[in-house]
Amino acid sequence: MTVAVLSGKGGTGKTLVSANLAAAAGKAVYMDCDVEEPNGHLFFRPKAVEEKTVTVTIPQVNPELCTGCRVCVDFCKFNALAHINDKLMVFEEICHSCGGCVLLCPEKALTEKEKPIGKIQKGTSEGVLVQTGIMNTGEATGVPIIKTLLDENKGRTDRAVFIDCPPGSACTVMESIQDADYCLLVAEPTLFGVHNLNMVYELVRLFNKPFGVVLNKCLEGENPAEEFCLEKGIKILSRIPFDNELGKLNSDGKIAVRENDKYRKLFSDLLEGVKKEVHHETAFNS
Amino acid sequence: MKIAIPVDEKDMKTGVCPSFGRAPYFLIYNTETKENEFLDNSAAASTGGAGIKAAQAIVDSGAKALLTPRCGENAANVLKAADIKLYKTTGASAMADIEAFIAGTLPILDEIHAGFHGHKGN
Repeated sequence: MTVAVLSGKGGTGKTLVSANLAAAAGKAVYMDCDVEEPNGHLFFRPKAVEEKTVTVTIPQVNPELCTGCRVCVDFCKFNALAHINDKLMVFEEICHSCGGCVLLCPEKALTEKEKPIGKIQKGTSEGVLVQTGIMNTGEATGVPIIKTLLDENKGRTDRAVFIDCPPGSACTVMESIQDADYCLLVAEPTLFGVHNLNMVYELVRLFNKPFGVVLNKCLEGENPAEEFCLEKGIKILSRIPFDNELGKLNSDGKIAVRENDKYRKLFSDLLEGVKKEVHHETAFNS
Repeated sequence: MKIAIPVDEKDMKTGVCPSFGRAPYFLIYNTETKENEFLDNSAAASTGGAGIKAAQAIVDSGAKALLTPRCGENAANVLKAADIKLYKTTGASAMADIEAFIAGTLPILDEIHAGFHGHKGN
């Protein structure tokens, strides 16, 4: 079972939910796909960490073969190439590694070279496999790092995988949810939160993923995110209170499930709810 | 000598466009012959790297100086490789800046911003 935890807005509680679900499951994988600012490892403090560099291929030019025909310059949708003073300039951080320029160069003046863009780290924390994607500052996209993380768990059946997605609903989020059996949308009770919940709601529908909502930071009184769910007929799987105790545990870098019985129960119940939903979907779709 | 300016309209009365890479047009002005030409900036609608593509067009136009309110890092690197000098416009109008350039009173643009790369929207 692979569960992706996402939210349009940052700071809504993706890491709180995904880390606590993984901790509640015990034997699980916690995969941090928020490669621009991964923070799950701060809670899990994994041991025996191994690292692997992630590279992409970018073009390099052999100036002796380049005739300045500019086929590559005209082709590049991202404008990563310029031909100035009879020299081809490559803007490495603009390049999206599509390889088109190398394919099209009639003089075979362009070849591919490996360029590191980040790394993945793997370690363990009380039975949870903690996998973290880390992108180098200034890179164009974290998608190749997320692909590497997903490949680590392709076809995994021995333990549940919980994916902590990047915020938003752009390419990196689409990449993160593509292998998921179920998507959990975390929402907070603000109008801004609802706006961004709507973005990921549209995304998971577009991807045809079964999904449900976790309402975080719940207070007494009206909750715009709850109203949104009721209006759209979205299943609410859990309500996490706006609670000082939880806030303190979180800001101390502690995993609530491992420290507090109330929260162990809350996230264990959520885990059971998710399992039921996934089981239902599998039965329903097969 | 040919000089280039990012402009809003294809008209000699035009104002200077605040963006270099995403300006709709470039005015190419020959300070000796007083001839002018307007280039459509095909980089304006680029997903990314607009500054690089726009700078390539300026280099290809044969201009030796660019008069612009600001310029990003990548575009500046392209222009530098082609020995094109950068001057900072004052913002009144394209023509006023051209006159200031001819009079030698337009300052060199020495603040190069880091660019707006990757703002593709989440």
